[in-house]
Amino acid sequence: MFPFAFEWLNDPVHFVFMGSLYTVLILLIIILHYCGIRAFLDLICKKEGHDNH
Amino acid sequence: MDPASAPFDSALIPKGVKRCQLKWFLLWIAVLNGPLMVGTVAALMCWGLALNVTNLSNNYPFGLWIAADLGIIALGAGAFFTGFLRYIVKIDDLKHIVNYAVIIGVVCYASAQGILGIDIGQPLRGWFIFWHANVHSMLTEVAFCITCYFMVLCIEYLPLILENRQVYKLGFFHGMAHHLHEAMPTIAAIGVFLSFFHQGSLGGVPGVLYGRPFAYREGFLVWPWTFFLFILSAIACGPCFTILITRITEGFARKRLVKRNVIDILAKISGRLLVLYLVLKTLDTVYWIAMAGKVGAPLSSFYANQPYGYWVLITELGILGVIPAILLLIRKTRQNDNVLILACVLNCAGIFMNRWIMTVQSLAVPVMPFDRFISYHPNWVEYASTFLFVWAGAIVISLSYRYLPIFSQEKELNPL
Repeated sequence: MFPFAFEWLNDPVHFVFMGSLYTVLILLIIILHYCGIRAFLDLICKKEGHDNH
Repeated sequence: MDPASAPFDSALIPKGVKRCQLKWFLLWIAVLNGPLMVGTVAALMCWGLALNVTNLSNNYPFGLWIAADLGIIALGAGAFFTGFLRYIVKIDDLKHIVNYAVIIGVVCYASAQGILGIDIGQPLRGWFIFWHANVHSMLTEVAFCITCYFMVLCIEYLPLILENRQVYKLGFFHGMAHHLHEAMPTIAAIGVFLSFFHQGSLGGVPGVLYGRPFAYREGFLVWPWTFFLFILSAIACGPCFTILITRITEGFARKRLVKRNVIDILAKISGRLLVLYLVLKTLDTVYWIAMAGKVGAPLSSFYANQPYGYWVLITELGILGVIPAILLLIRKTRQNDNVLILACVLNCAGIFMNRWIMTVQSLAVPVMPFDRFISYHPNWVEYASTFLFVWAGAIVISLSYRYLPIFSQEKELNPL
């Protein structure tokens, strides 16, 4: 549910509940993109030495 | 290893470890596919012919599926709790088992969502809970958190897949796996946040039913005491399930995969948490008996309907609670393999029994003068569709064990 859906109410419960959901989803998307971009940059810069984990 | 005796798919198998011949592995997968097909037929029957093919009714809207769902989610808590201990508390030894805990978590949460997909009867409308969310419902919170946490588990599983011997050769995937490992503490922290709320809210669902004196509890702010008891019970049994599955895998592989001290850490933590849970659960039970009696629902009425006699209380708290707690607390019993497995089995069975009592028994007990108790026995469709995910999970674990570098101590414990 987005704030423009007809069921949306501007009350704290909606903001906390849906806000938490979107915060988590956005964080996960950012982490995946960050890792993907770093991996791509490593690839084009030919960076080695990732075997230490 | 002699190249002639190497498995046909040896190029995909991690370096320095031994796996069985491909034909035996395929035979094992074929064996698992038999009951899996039966479960698939049962699931299709539920979708095609509706839920009247099951023994669920208006008296039992929550049956085997929901009890199994809650049990599986509690068992899957080993993933988030091991991640919490490894990445946030920084118990370094757990790095040798955290990968496997993640895979077990993925299987548990995928199973839970699969069972819910059958239970809702109309899986194509599953997205309604996200779009038409009832923000005052604990079940909505559970749905949000379980879905997001499953995504977290998939992200935690991803670097393992990328570390497959052939996939890892590709530069991008190599780098991606490395950076995902670096981001793992953040991902684990998100997982802990999500798990805390959905494990708790699953307990909150019966706890807020004020029309059901045997389920209802008072609590802290909007959370009934069952919210906290469910979290505690999940983190007390989750590590035991991880140990149990690890031991089963070692039994099938006929070799040690994880060192004794790693298992011992998990068992010790699990034992202490189980003791804490039992103390709080006993206090809760005593308080609940007193409060239910005051509102006209004496304890005897809760245990008056067969087969749910007093034996349920004794079994849940005594045989499946106190006994495993003692076995896990004492170093000597904890370090005996057979006794440890027994303790883990009892602990995991206890969690299933608790979830069954909270979701099935407590809702089935008549609370109105005109109500009568109707018994419920799941039919084969419910059993087959529930166990479908056990077989599917076994296949995922088998494939992961064969092709992914899960156990970092395997080479050291089993030199070729």
